[in-house]
Amino acid sequence: MGRFFCVLRRDLHLALRQGMDSFMVVMFFVIAVVLFPFGVGPEPNTLARIAAGVIWVAALLSSMLSLERLFLGDYEDGSLELLVLSPATLETLVLAKIAAHWLTTGLPLIVAAPFLAILLNMDGEGFVTLVAALALGTPTLSLLGAVGAALVLGSRRGGVLLSLLILPLFIPILIFGVSAVDAAVGGYPVKPQFMILGGFLALALPLCPWAAAAGLRQSLE
Amino acid sequence: MAMIEKYANPTVFLGITRPLVPWLGGATVATLSAGLYLALFASPADYQQGESVRIMYVHVPAAWMAMMCYTSMAIASGVGLIWKHPLAHTAARATAPVGAAFTLLALVTGSLWGKPMWGTWWVWDARLTSVLILFFLYIGYMALNNAFDNAQRGANAAAVLALVGFVNVPIIKFSVEWWNTLHQPASVMRMDGPTIHASMLWPLGLMALGYTLFYFWVLIIRIDADVTAGKIRALRQRRAHS
Repeated sequence: MGRFFCVLRRDLHLALRQGMDSFMVVMFFVIAVVLFPFGVGPEPNTLARIAAGVIWVAALLSSMLSLERLFLGDYEDGSLELLVLSPATLETLVLAKIAAHWLTTGLPLIVAAPFLAILLNMDGEGFVTLVAALALGTPTLSLLGAVGAALVLGSRRGGVLLSLLILPLFIPILIFGVSAVDAAVGGYPVKPQFMILGGFLALALPLCPWAAAAGLRQSLE
Repeated sequence: MAMIEKYANPTVFLGITRPLVPWLGGATVATLSAGLYLALFASPADYQQGESVRIMYVHVPAAWMAMMCYTSMAIASGVGLIWKHPLAHTAARATAPVGAAFTLLALVTGSLWGKPMWGTWWVWDARLTSVLILFFLYIGYMALNNAFDNAQRGANAAAVLALVGFVNVPIIKFSVEWWNTLHQPASVMRMDGPTIHASMLWPLGLMALGYTLFYFWVLIIRIDADVTAGKIRALRQRRAHS
């Protein structure tokens, strides 16, 4: 457990020292959402109707943006080999890196989401649900993304390939994340959607670090 | 395990399977022609759907094959990762384009069938969406396989992806039961026996058999080509280094 926090602290330090990465992800998120009123027109009812979907899709794409560098820096400077050789199980360390990724990208997105919801004229009923659904869904995005990031290490055109691999797997989370907000806005119970999102997280939490660690091991063979 | 070890040797495997190629090819052509004749001419038109029901004989077996190919790809990938048999990776790699083609065929024929029946080419219901994801997974698998300079790394990475993506297969199978969708529920592969009439079941079964034979036919040819390409590459490298 000590090693888990050691890696977590190291990754958070690295992210904070460089500083710009998290900020740029959030800026991308904001700009991507702001593009939509220009694309579909500024009509408030239209924007309110699509707000949840637009915010979720933009969140998906922005968490995608920083995934490529999740293991790449460590892979290039050789610290990944030290992580693999360390006595702690690789799965634990991978989980720590995923947690750091979520804290530096997922969390800022959740903070920014309500402001964007206001810009898109979303119904007030949906705000709490939107934040809660993002809080439950974005960790699963980081977990799934880590598998893809581990698999494309050392490949040609890793970034484009990563989106091709991972975005299809993000679709279920998108579906239930958006339908939770839509249900809240429409006045329906949101429990089923949250149960399913929680189920995805409960499945991804043990399985994804394991698959990502398998990917990392074979990248160093 | 010892028996699998023996037949997992590419030379032994191809020595046994290569003579089967013309037989499989002939059987495929014969079954598919018989199936198509029964499906398009000798079977009755549906009392509700009319003649357009005949799309079913192309569409349904293609969708079965799409899932069957992904399942065998995932199993082969798992065997390749666990026991490190190169032939398993080769088989998985050879399966992917065939499976992708069946998935595309299912999507296109389903779209053509949807237009007269549902009045639309495409709806975003659970079955259609999950099959579309299956198609993307096949594409991602092939792209990842070819993305590395070291072919072995590509095979390993793609194998992990194939296993992760396998979660989609049960979702496709049960999507029509879990969600209330426009796509109709299963009428052949059910616990209490098929619900369609024998005059339609026969051509459907023949088409499914024909598709399966086609798969094995193409699979052996593709494995053969892959092994040969590997030999050519090795020979060229040896010549370049000498």
